[in-house]
Amino acid sequence: MSFLVRRILASLLLVWIVASIVFLAIHLVPGDPAELLLSAGGAAPDPVTVAELRDRLGLNLPLRTQYGHFLGGLLHGDLGTSLVDDYPVLDEIALRLPRTLELIVAATIIALAVALPTGTWAALHKGSAFDRIAAATAGLVLAVPVFVVGTLMVLALAQTLHLMPAGGYVPLAKAPGQHLLLLAMPAIAIAGGLSAVLFRMTRAAVLDVAGRDFVRTAWAKGLSPARVQIRHVLRNALSPVLTVLGLHMGALLGGTVLVEYVFNWPGLSTPLLAAVDARDYPMVVGIVLVTSTLFLVINLVMDLLYAVLDPRIGVS
Amino acid sequence: MKRLAVPAGLVGVIVLLAIAAPWLGLPDPVRQDVGHRLAHPDAGNLLGRDEFGRDVLSRLIWGARTSLAVAFSSAAIAGFLGTFLGLLGGWFRGAGALLALGSADIILCFPPVLLALLVVTLLGPGALTLVLVLSVLFLPGFARVTYAEVLAVRGLDYVEAAQAMGATTARILFRTVLPNVAGPILVQLSLAVAAAVVLESGLTFLGLGVVPPSPSWGLMIRGARTTMEQAPLLLLWPCAALTATILSINLLCDALRDAADPRKTVTLSSRS
Repeated sequence: MSFLVRRILASLLLVWIVASIVFLAIHLVPGDPAELLLSAGGAAPDPVTVAELRDRLGLNLPLRTQYGHFLGGLLHGDLGTSLVDDYPVLDEIALRLPRTLELIVAATIIALAVALPTGTWAALHKGSAFDRIAAATAGLVLAVPVFVVGTLMVLALAQTLHLMPAGGYVPLAKAPGQHLLLLAMPAIAIAGGLSAVLFRMTRAAVLDVAGRDFVRTAWAKGLSPARVQIRHVLRNALSPVLTVLGLHMGALLGGTVLVEYVFNWPGLSTPLLAAVDARDYPMVVGIVLVTSTLFLVINLVMDLLYAVLDPRIGVS
Repeated sequence: MKRLAVPAGLVGVIVLLAIAAPWLGLPDPVRQDVGHRLAHPDAGNLLGRDEFGRDVLSRLIWGARTSLAVAFSSAAIAGFLGTFLGLLGGWFRGAGALLALGSADIILCFPPVLLALLVVTLLGPGALTLVLVLSVLFLPGFARVTYAEVLAVRGLDYVEAAQAMGATTARILFRTVLPNVAGPILVQLSLAVAAAVVLESGLTFLGLGVVPPSPSWGLMIRGARTTMEQAPLLLLWPCAALTATILSINLLCDALRDAADPRKTVTLSSRS
């Protein structure tokens, strides 16, 4: 229990630090955000308009007061409004975050479904043709950036073979089949690199566990191979695989931005990129904060899962 | 050493091509010739022309220059600062150095692409912004690795011997400790270069990294997406160049890791 509380407190502290860094980054970067925003068009901004915008953004208040407002807003779930269209940032995120999460969950499931069996099989048949081919494939897949995988999938499956639509989105309630079809391509693109990483880790972990004493005991007891390999070997090999999955969530969240762009998947990527282009600070800050928090929460969940898989961790 | 030769040679060829780009007699990579847009390959343009009539081969080779310049300079800056921080932290273990190491770790709380996008919003897109973001992103990795290695080495006999001979702290740190922890730092450097190439091309692909008309693989893939139906090869060339470069650097990472520590066989490659 104390392990749980400590981990949650540490995560909250990190969220606060992340929020503070984002706040400071905006306010300490040389140049006036209001002026930068208005001069994006190229012409020198009108001083009166700049002053008005400074006032609206609260930039004339002392830094400490601004920081107070910022944190107070966060606690109330208020992330401000977009500078471009005055739309509340939180509403935009609430609309689009589920779609991004759906993509990440689907990609993780696909990656695990590929990596766990192949990694275990490769480890149990170390040095076989399968092992060598799988290892070489993983090495090759890791060298292809996720947006290249996505773009090439569009070229091959949509443009050349006409097997799939090139991208887009249909709500699940409207057309479930079409929804899953449109989900499949971006999810597979994201899952590619992840499954290669997880394959390597599964193989290494299974190799490590398969040589331990308790596995030899399990064999000596006369348990069936399936029971030894799944209950004893794979279960104990899962912890390091989960850790690596947690570590790669950051890269996965970034990769999702790119893949959503490639496949026109209307997740967080679209408003984020538009906001970066228009220098819409509240929107960028909101999305970066929510995504970083999500990253920290995922790692927290991983740690807790870790404790479930290996009860010794919670005790210490 | 034998296993290092092939990947090192591959990376060497790519780096040489990138450095030699201005002297290879290539057509101007930014000169547009809209009359010959999407032209097929001929004697003057071995890989044809792109959607603005620019020579594709020339843009590929100049693109390597952009990618590698950004990747190597950010890895070098991060490596230099991170190693220095790790050396000081691991040797003195003072409050200040440990605090600096801890705060560097906070960077790891941000998903890399999102931190980069935040900085691009603040500073505007461009190669310099990219170098800055990537150096900040890779710094904690170097600091961590160096710190851990220095901790492992500082109590060893040869360090004590150097101290007993009256060597100054600076001399011990840079002449005795640093060479003995250089292996893992070199591995980290190659990992950082590979990750930097991936991130640079990704951000540029989104239109938020290297700005046009600079030739860059990310921009070439971005541009070729619109004409992929008429000219799929335009899309395939930069994808192939990018993948081949990352693959060569990854292979070099693995070989360096084996050379630096023959006991470890587990390999986890660069983050995408």
